[in-house]
Amino acid sequence: MTIPLTIRIQDGDFDIAREIALLSKGRTDIGAVVSFSGICRGSEGGEDIAALTLEHYPGMAEAEIGRHAEEAMSRWPLQGLTIIHRYGRITPGQNIVLVVTASQHRQAAFAAAEFLMDYLKTSAPFWKREESERGMGWVEARSLDDAAAARWIRR
Amino acid sequence: MKVKYFAWVRERVGKAEETLEPPSSVRTVEDLIGWLAKRGEGYGHAFETPQVIRAAIDHAHVKPDAAISGAREIAFFPPMTGG
Repeated sequence: MTIPLTIRIQDGDFDIAREIALLSKGRTDIGAVVSFSGICRGSEGGEDIAALTLEHYPGMAEAEIGRHAEEAMSRWPLQGLTIIHRYGRITPGQNIVLVVTASQHRQAAFAAAEFLMDYLKTSAPFWKREESERGMGWVEARSLDDAAAARWIRR
Repeated sequence: MKVKYFAWVRERVGKAEETLEPPSSVRTVEDLIGWLAKRGEGYGHAFETPQVIRAAIDHAHVKPDAAISGAREIAFFPPMTGG
């Protein structure tokens, strides 16, 4: 059976409930759906943020997320997977990213969602720029995110 | 080959993409970074710390020692901050 896979890179918002419903509607083989949504915070390190602007590499963003989606489907028994990543200007409280995983049991759904988010952070070609009172500045990559992604490397 | 730049690499270089034909002595991604860094002030600034620059050939991440022969599109960018 082909596993339903949706990958979208878009500037507009998404509806989390609708995406979950699309993945599980009419299915009786799914026992667990896990969704992770990343939301723009209104402050970083005690400083207010007016907005984030996400730049991305069209073509590679889809390809890179696709490679990680394939890996997730080969490592865990998933029955559906949706990944949506926004670009453009996003203000505090708005959605940035969504990962929805469906499986028979919760363990696979949780693990695959966490694996995908760790890799989206460190290897999907997106770059955040923050707008604050001090002006515009590129967000620096965090070594904590690299460590989180490294946990999934198979030895 | 087409060369693309993203985020602060793009800002420092001053353009998003260009078509370049580096000399045959430029064989790897690392060589190309060194060659680009000498193309002007903006390039020098963009590539002043080569170890932080990430690269992709034809939409896939590559290491600095990757060969560039046959590449249609090479991109340079800072570490990613999506998600």
